[in-house]
Amino acid sequence: MHIVVCVKQVPNTTQVRINPETNTLVRDGVESILNPFDENALEMALQLKEKHAGTKVTVLTMGPPQAAEVLKEAVGRGADAVVLLCDRAFAGSDTWATSYALSTAIRKLEPADLVLFGKQAIDGDTAQVGPGVADWLGMPCIAYARKIEIADGRAVVERAFEDGYEKLETPLPCALTVLKEANVPRMASLRGKMAAKKLALQPTTAEAVGADPAKLGLNASPTRVVKIFSPPPKTGGVKWQGEEPAVLAQRLADLLRERKLI
Amino acid sequence: MGLKIDLDLCTGCGACVAVCPFCALAQRAADGKVEVNEACTACGACVDVCPVGALSMEVAEKKADAAALDAFRGLWVFAEQRGGKVQEVAFELLGEGRVLADKLGVELGAVLLGHQVQDCAATLFEHGADKVYVVDHPALAAYTAEPYSEAMSALIRKYKPEVVLAGATSMGRGFIARVAIQVNAGLTADCTELGVDVDQRLLLQTRPAFGGNIMACIVCPDHRPQMATVRPKVFKQPAPTAGRTGQLVAEKLDLKDPVVKVLETVNAMQNEVNVAGAEFIVTGGRGVGGPENFKLLAELAEALGGAAIGASRAAVDAGWISSFHQVGQTGKTVRPKIYIACGVSGQIQHLVGMNSSDTIIAINKDPDAPIFGVADVGIVGDLFQVVPELIQALKK
Ligand SMILES: Cc1cc2nc3c(=O)[nH]c(=O)nc-3n(C[C@H](O)[C@H](O)[C@H](O)COP(=O)(O)OP(=O)(O)OC[C@H]3O[C@@H](n4cnc5c(N)ncnc54)[C@H](O)[C@@H]3O)c2cc1C
Ligand SMILES: Cc1cc2nc3c(=O)[nH]c(=O)nc-3n(C[C@H](O)[C@H](O)[C@H](O)COP(=O)(O)OP(=O)(O)OC[C@H]3O[C@@H](n4cnc5c(N)ncnc54)[C@H](O)[C@@H]3O)c2cc1C
Ligand code: SF4
Ligand code: SF4
Repeated sequence: MHIVVCVKQVPNTTQVRINPETNTLVRDGVESILNPFDENALEMALQLKEKHAGTKVTVLTMGPPQAAEVLKEAVGRGADAVVLLCDRAFAGSDTWATSYALSTAIRKLEPADLVLFGKQAIDGDTAQVGPGVADWLGMPCIAYARKIEIADGRAVVERAFEDGYEKLETPLPCALTVLKEANVPRMASLRGKMAAKKLALQPTTAEAVGADPAKLGLNASPTRVVKIFSPPPKTGGVKWQGEEPAVLAQRLADLLRERKLI
Repeated sequence: MGLKIDLDLCTGCGACVAVCPFCALAQRAADGKVEVNEACTACGACVDVCPVGALSMEVAEKKADAAALDAFRGLWVFAEQRGGKVQEVAFELLGEGRVLADKLGVELGAVLLGHQVQDCAATLFEHGADKVYVVDHPALAAYTAEPYSEAMSALIRKYKPEVVLAGATSMGRGFIARVAIQVNAGLTADCTELGVDVDQRLLLQTRPAFGGNIMACIVCPDHRPQMATVRPKVFKQPAPTAGRTGQLVAEKLDLKDPVVKVLETVNAMQNEVNVAGAEFIVTGGRGVGGPENFKLLAELAEALGGAAIGASRAAVDAGWISSFHQVGQTGKTVRPKIYIACGVSGQIQHLVGMNSSDTIIAINKDPDAPIFGVADVGIVGDLFQVVPELIQALKK
């Protein structure tokens, strides 16, 4: 079986802060990390590899040369092969153009039985790339997957809904976007780290994957970000402290009744 | 194309480097002037901060054929139904869609996909739809992304709406991204605010990104339809007008058999109130300390006359409660009348899921917890002392 995992390098958004004076984003010293949800997609692939002999896991990312870091991380954890799709032509791609570009790279690989994505990237936050790539590849896609079993060329997948989940059966090849609850990602092994160190990465260009230049980058992207701004600062209401819990609780109950909230 | 840097003007002050959300700018070692790399998404954030105007955005004007764009008219809402029940988010979208359609001077359409779901049409009219497009087909009986996207794309190609909105739910987000590829349209994810530029007939789509740390306004100038998913609970449901009707368009389509089969559906919240639609929510965070203490919150919920139990991700990750209760960026977005957060610190990823609640109450022993920044009433104290007292006071 051949599993392709798409991963993205993202800024660690929990470290991003707003400068209250200039109202701009402060990202000085914010590290770049492997998108947390993609760790779960990779883990799902590695667990399947352990279960199904002869499985190969290829990890693919599109991004700037620095994105090679997340591929090294993936090799450290056990990925067999990696692809760094890197070309100025991809700059400014929205999810439409990103999913096209990724699909061309996947087509260049040996045929994939399973293509895995994180649930969403923590920077763009759209959750659109996985279903989009699947569509370009003409594969079924199950979004929000939390479990997978593979037997006889078919997969049984659990997909989460707002209030429950469904068990689905799909033929292979297929694509999944993977939830955090699917598994607990492993750390890189010592042997893996050694392999990652030796990794000599050759960036793959748009031309190498035969991508149509008219479908790449900013100019091929239907969406345009016209403005970025900080969310309006929240102003809190009253804060009660320094009194007995019973007094505060009573005051709150009175207030709720007074405002006819209960 | 994209960001242009005028190196003659650049003084190497570094201001732009610090604001780029994508690490796309770096100062050259040689002279400190900036360079842009492939990570640039042309978001424009850096342009405004450059004190000397060295940065500008260049968009190759690829003027779309105006006549072709003009052929698209009308605003559509995907009427998500599950088990024959129209989901609340569809009504919320009809309410907002009505406002936008009136501004654009067009019809409001609702798209109903399923099998034997015609009965749902009446309530869609009552909530503001002028037309309801129904595709009733066995392939749509259970939701899977492939036949749903096939049906939606076929309708869009035939009737050419200029705007298509869907709920940013598991279903909406799961299939509409395929539709956007199939009809070659832009899709904006998870919007929290919509507007229109009537002159240019543009949908102005505002959405949080970076886990809620920034807001982005997005448009799709050269493609139709303009598609967006909208976060549940950000728009209020309109009051239905009893007896209001409209035109039913029953569309016969030849759909392929679904490749993905639904074997089983499990409702994980059978005996519990679902946080997604609840009027009262009591949420527990890491401060609750363990699974057994959620009982205390359940008692508070009962004293309020029936509230749903919410949870922060920390509580979910600790295994104290199932993920269906999680509120926040990667959980549910809620808008209850009263939201009581107990032992929740109030990280941005939690706040984006609940900060449009009508009344927010926070109980936390740390007076500097960020949750107090959004709380209408904040109580600084130990939840194990305050909550039992509150239960007593409410029971009186
Ligand atoms: C503020 C802001 C808002 C934006 N809003 C929109 C929008 O509403 N609509 C839109 O079309 N574009 C939008 N974009 C552009 C979008 O962020 C980029 O296209 C981005 O490259 C992919 O989207 P994402 O980060 O949301 O990924 P998601 O779709 O959330 O990612 C899902 C999964 O796809 C895979 N994946 C994503 N990117 C890559 C990659 N580069 N390489 C390998 N695998 C990948 C990963 O497995 C990831 O977990 C926005 C950009 C900005 C700056
Ligand atoms: C990509 C991403 C997505 C995320 N999505 C979500 C999401 O959807 N939802 C979500 O909630 N989080 C999400 N998070 C996690 C988020 O960043 C926080 O880590 C999380 O919300 C913290 O949960 P908490 O407030 O319960 O825990 P903590 O931050 O540990 O806060 C516990 C609070 O309890 C208080 N406390 C302790 N004991 C008591 C007591 N006896 N009485 C009163 N107060 C007490 C403490 O003062 C503290 O403020 C996400 C993070 C990332 C990176
Ligand atoms: S346009 Fe946006 S992404 Fe590009 S360099 Fe400026 S801030 Fe960074
Ligand atoms: S803000 Fe302007 S002057 Fe300063 S480093 Fe950036 S481009 Fe140069």
